Amino acid sequence: MSAVTSEPTDPVTRQVMVDVHGVHKSFGPLEVLRGVDLRVRTGEVTVILGPSGSGKSTLLRTINHLEKVGQGWIAIDGELVGYRRSGGKLYELKEKDVLKQRTGIGFVFQNFNLFPHLTVLENLVEAPVSALRRPRREAEATARRLLARVGLEDKADAYPRQLSGGQQQRVAIARALALEPKVLLFDEPTSALDPELVGEVLDVIKDLARTGTTMIVVTHEIGFAREVADTVVFMDSGVVVEQGPPAAVLDAPRHERTRAFLSKVL
Amino acid sequence: MGLPTGSTAAPPGASSPGRGRPSAAPVPDDPGSLKVVPARHYARWTATVAVAVLAAQFVHGMATNPVWEWAVFGDYVLSETIVRAVWVTLQLTAYATVLGFLLGTVLAFMRLSRSPLLQTVAWTYIWIFRSIPMIVQLVFWFNLSALYKELGVGVPFGPVFWSVDSNSLIGTIGAAVIGLTLHQAAYAAEIVRGGVVSVDPGQLEAAAALGIPRLRQIRRIVLPQAMRAILPTAGNEIIGLLKGTSVVYVMSIGELFYQVQVIYGRNGRVIPLLLVATAWYVVLTSLLSVAQYYVERHYARGADRTPPPTPLQRACRLIRTLRAAAAQREQPVVPLKPLGGSR
Ligand SMILES: Nc1ncnc2c1ncn2[C@@H]1O[C@H](COP(=O)(O)OP(=O)(O)OP(=O)(O)O)[C@@H](O)[C@H]1O
Ligand SMILES: [Mg+2]
Repeated sequence: MSAVTSEPTDPVTRQVMVDVHGVHKSFGPLEVLRGVDLRVRTGEVTVILGPSGSGKSTLLRTINHLEKVGQGWIAIDGELVGYRRSGGKLYELKEKDVLKQRTGIGFVFQNFNLFPHLTVLENLVEAPVSALRRPRREAEATARRLLARVGLEDKADAYPRQLSGGQQQRVAIARALALEPKVLLFDEPTSALDPELVGEVLDVIKDLARTGTTMIVVTHEIGFAREVADTVVFMDSGVVVEQGPPAAVLDAPRHERTRAFLSKVL
Repeated sequence: MGLPTGSTAAPPGASSPGRGRPSAAPVPDDPGSLKVVPARHYARWTATVAVAVLAAQFVHGMATNPVWEWAVFGDYVLSETIVRAVWVTLQLTAYATVLGFLLGTVLAFMRLSRSPLLQTVAWTYIWIFRSIPMIVQLVFWFNLSALYKELGVGVPFGPVFWSVDSNSLIGTIGAAVIGLTLHQAAYAAEIVRGGVVSVDPGQLEAAAALGIPRLRQIRRIVLPQAMRAILPTAGNEIIGLLKGTSVVYVMSIGELFYQVQVIYGRNGRVIPLLLVATAWYVVLTSLLSVAQYYVERHYARGADRTPPPTPLQRACRLIRTLRAAAAQREQPVVPLKPLGGSR
């Protein structure tokens, strides 16, 4: 994190929920993100496409500070992620404060990462009770409502391993929603699923899109991108190659690299 | 379960050649209608008989040979001195287990921490205390009161603010507990660390992404899952410790082995008194093993799609099966139902 070049809270960007500005990230000598800029407005769905190794997961992980950025900054709802700005300096936040920030950023993993020793209901209640100090009763009521929303109200007392992959991912989505995050990040939510289970998970995400949840979704499902995305972002080798409405990026790509990628996956 | 022997009623599905044909009558060479002759294992039967004879001889010898002096065993096994000694053994085990695993868990997380200082301190501790034989350490702590007559709190080379006679502070039992705990902690640290690193790192990542506080991540998410890997080894350790407490006899603490030695030193009945000690160690170890089974079961929840039944449930099921079989034998007129077939 070096010089901050502009304010994350400009009046122009009031509507911007996620603001990624000039982000660089290296793992040792390997530069994985090489100056990524991305803006996601409140209530919008952004789908990130790109070949394997282009840095999509790394970008998502920097947004909720699972990875620190090397240069540039990220703000969620006008608040810097992982840092505090005071008197022309940036102070790195303590782990405790980073954890607090993360409650506002939901993350859904490719391989679910449900807690296998806790029941579905306990999985959903854990974070609201321990991180947000909600009363357990209230958290359970919310959890049951969310389970109903993803169509799993009868699985509250099951353990994750007793569920199918699609059901587990729907529980993981409900678990992220239980914190009422400002934005939801999905890292290839359907890649670990059998083809016939992909639909049920995408349906849940589509339903969230309809109700105005701000989301960033990394996926290889072009059809889903076309149907749901407000913005499609194409990444390659750590940079955003092009972005725009699905019709523009998917049907009339301006860059050769985008065309090459789409011709392979379509 | 095999095919119903000697019966002509073929189980459904077993007679595939006859299935799907208009006539359901069994074909002559339908295997389901033939008598089954079980395989004969002559070598296995011979070995079984030989082992049974040897076992019977051993038990007979134990019971009738006068060296064992079962009467003396009976006099002492539940005597007040011995029961009190068993209680001391249990206390030493309990203190050293609880304190040893608490300290061991702290050391394990120190080794896993990102601070090089904490890592080094923990590594050094484990290195030293795994290197010193327990008996050497115990004698050392026993003699500490001789080395330092007084323990005090104060400034190095400066005045002492508060001091206490070290013998009254530690005491012999205290010294034994300290020795056992410090020794146990070094091993417990590695056991706990092994359990923690066996947990999928995605679990911590998910907990961090949900903003769950750090200590809670460890207590609620990591440790319960680590327990699956920790428990079998920890069970070994605790049982080892239970028997290991017998070395504190060098400190003249009235635990089981020391007390037994005192008694046979007086009356010369060595063998029956060693049997007394053996019997108690076996009983205590068995209780620990049963406890371990149920604790492991508790931490296995969620690990299997359908948890296996407990021995009690299994016994109940066996009794039910036997009853059902007996009830069937009483009414042989009813056509035989295939036992192993699909219902
Ligand atoms: N912790 C790490 N240490 C070193 N290299 C890493 C690390 N994480 C990711 N990388 C590297 O960074 C590059 C980008 O990885 P990333 O996971 O972001 O790609 P991706 O676009 O998500 O790919 P995929 O579609 O296969 O998931 C890869 O070359 C990867 O090997
Ligand atoms: Mg990825």
